[in-house]
Amino acid sequence: MKTKFPTHVFFSKSRKFFPFHRTSGAGFWLGIVPLLWVLVLFVLPLLIVLKVSFAESVFAIPPFSEIISFTGEYFLELKLNLGNYAALLHDTYYTSAFINSTLLAVTATVICFLLGFPMAYGIHNSSKNLKLLLLLLLSLSFWTSFLIRIYAWMNLLSCNGLLNSALLKLGIIDAPLQLLGTYSTVCLGLVFCYLPFMVFPVYAVLEKVDRSYIEAAHDLGCPPTKAFWTITIPLSKSGILTGGILVFATSIGEFTVPELLGDAETITFGRVLWNEFFSNLDWTMACALSIAMMICVVLPVFLLQRRARI
Amino acid sequence: MALAEQSIKRNTEIWQDINAEPYVQIEGITKSYGDITPLRDISLSVYEGELFSLLGRSGCGKTTLLRILAGFEAPTSGRVLIDGVDVTGWAPYRRPVNMMFQSYALFPHMTVYQNIAFGLKQDNLSKSEIIERTKEALSLVQLSGFEERKPDQLSGGQKQRVALARSLAKRPKLLLLDEPMAALDKRLREQTQFELVNIQEKIGLTFILVTHDQEEAMTMSTRMAVMDEGRIRQVGMPHDIYEFPNSRYVAEFIGSINLFDGIVTEQDQDHVLLETPDIDCQCCAAHTGAVPIGANVTLAIRPEKIMVSASKPPYSQNWAQGGIKEIAYLGDVSIYYIQLVSGKMVMATLPNLLRLSEREFKWDDVVYVFWRPENGSILTS
Repeated sequence: MKTKFPTHVFFSKSRKFFPFHRTSGAGFWLGIVPLLWVLVLFVLPLLIVLKVSFAESVFAIPPFSEIISFTGEYFLELKLNLGNYAALLHDTYYTSAFINSTLLAVTATVICFLLGFPMAYGIHNSSKNLKLLLLLLLSLSFWTSFLIRIYAWMNLLSCNGLLNSALLKLGIIDAPLQLLGTYSTVCLGLVFCYLPFMVFPVYAVLEKVDRSYIEAAHDLGCPPTKAFWTITIPLSKSGILTGGILVFATSIGEFTVPELLGDAETITFGRVLWNEFFSNLDWTMACALSIAMMICVVLPVFLLQRRARI
Repeated sequence: MALAEQSIKRNTEIWQDINAEPYVQIEGITKSYGDITPLRDISLSVYEGELFSLLGRSGCGKTTLLRILAGFEAPTSGRVLIDGVDVTGWAPYRRPVNMMFQSYALFPHMTVYQNIAFGLKQDNLSKSEIIERTKEALSLVQLSGFEERKPDQLSGGQKQRVALARSLAKRPKLLLLDEPMAALDKRLREQTQFELVNIQEKIGLTFILVTHDQEEAMTMSTRMAVMDEGRIRQVGMPHDIYEFPNSRYVAEFIGSINLFDGIVTEQDQDHVLLETPDIDCQCCAAHTGAVPIGANVTLAIRPEKIMVSASKPPYSQNWAQGGIKEIAYLGDVSIYYIQLVSGKMVMATLPNLLRLSEREFKWDDVVYVFWRPENGSILTS
């Protein structure tokens, strides 16, 4: 049994935008549903967010000004406030959040790749029954709530947590280590949560790489290690990229992990956004932030997607 | 006798020369996975410059044998010698052998040039030599100018040639081909068969080819081995196997054949007389081996060697009366299905010398089938 993972979400070879080609019949109506879904639940809210990001923050309900208004009798005024975006670029609070988030996401992605690829390769090379078991074990982490898993880490790593008390009891350390609230802990949390996102697509692609390519490489005089680097890795590129994008895109906007495992120093996009929205009630800034974040996620995805076509 | 002539001719072939050293020696190869034994004690000798085919139905073990030669699988017991060297335990990348895969296995992320150069780079050749040999290989398969194409920009036939060029560029001692034509359409397949034979003759390499297509094996090979259930049933030149199958299995596997079970009544030096319940008169067939009187044997006659006439043939042996039940028109020939008086169905292939409307025999015509004693074979197993 092969586990199907939608590797082609990002890297479909077909350039067709719509999943249907007939303009009549059931295919059309089935195609309409996802289209409407995307339009109503994604594009429309995104446009609203974009609109709000250009508004001015006011003390009212809702807490932003209208950017389009009638002035005089015949004037339609479009008033764009670029102040939020300017602040994003100039205020170190936001730039450091941006740098933090990006660094965290990149580190998490790289670690996920370094851990995930050997895992995927191992699963791919194991016997049929073991394969099934390993895949099951890997997806087991999804069966527990995300929050509970993070809380479990907090419990493990806190000053009087399991790890510290064990180390104290064994006499390895004299005083509890400050494990929570560090950059590395946040990274650990991200890797822990998103590792399967790397393993599954890489595994799916490895399963599809025809065994005969590897055999052909051996046959042509290429020893196994070299064949791994020259054939297996390049041929699983699309899976690595898909996994990388999944981990990167989810980590960069992550709120829960830095909030719970980080401290005041580990400011990330997600946390800044939360603050703007719920503490400062500055919806316009929050919207500008989310647009900026989206650009940060979409741009690399877009660039990678062009390169992923073999 | 015709047979004697043939044996003289065969002496000129390398595999008939007792002193000739086999190039590839397969000695008692057995392969088993648990209860399944895809190969049982296979021994074969292939000589230098041969185009040797392994022919059999899918699952007969032919591909497993090829993979053992390439080194992808280790035999449970037995040895493989190439040019006198025991390579049984050698890893595939160390063997002086190359394989052309059924799927071609062209690396999709590399261009045609890179694909062919890949194998040469492993040998640490100089850059200029790699370029030269890649060019040479591509011109051999008539694909010069395709260097920068990616495999998915090639047609099936072109892919096949690139795969061939890639394995030939390494100048292996032995080239293994796993169903090389299976993915090509019929016309291209026939053309490629001849090209492959020409290339093989030009460079004088030893080829071992696996195929399930008997026509392919017949047209291309110098010799072939018919395999079944992990065993070799018969080894020989294509016409030998076709004309003188050694068993009922081979006779039925290669081409179509009419089989009559009978009992031997008499034997002289080179003929056997037998009686069969399917045919009223006595049958006579050329046969040199000793067969005991009263033994159960099978008389095998190829459909194209059966003659059909409207009048009773003037012989006392080898004929039967019947009615035409079915005619299969194939264009160049027609196959007549004739039901004998005994109820036995006999196939006869006749060339369509006349147009369809003018043909001699029609459905339900009463006809006589007859054949020469030389055209029947006696199968003892």
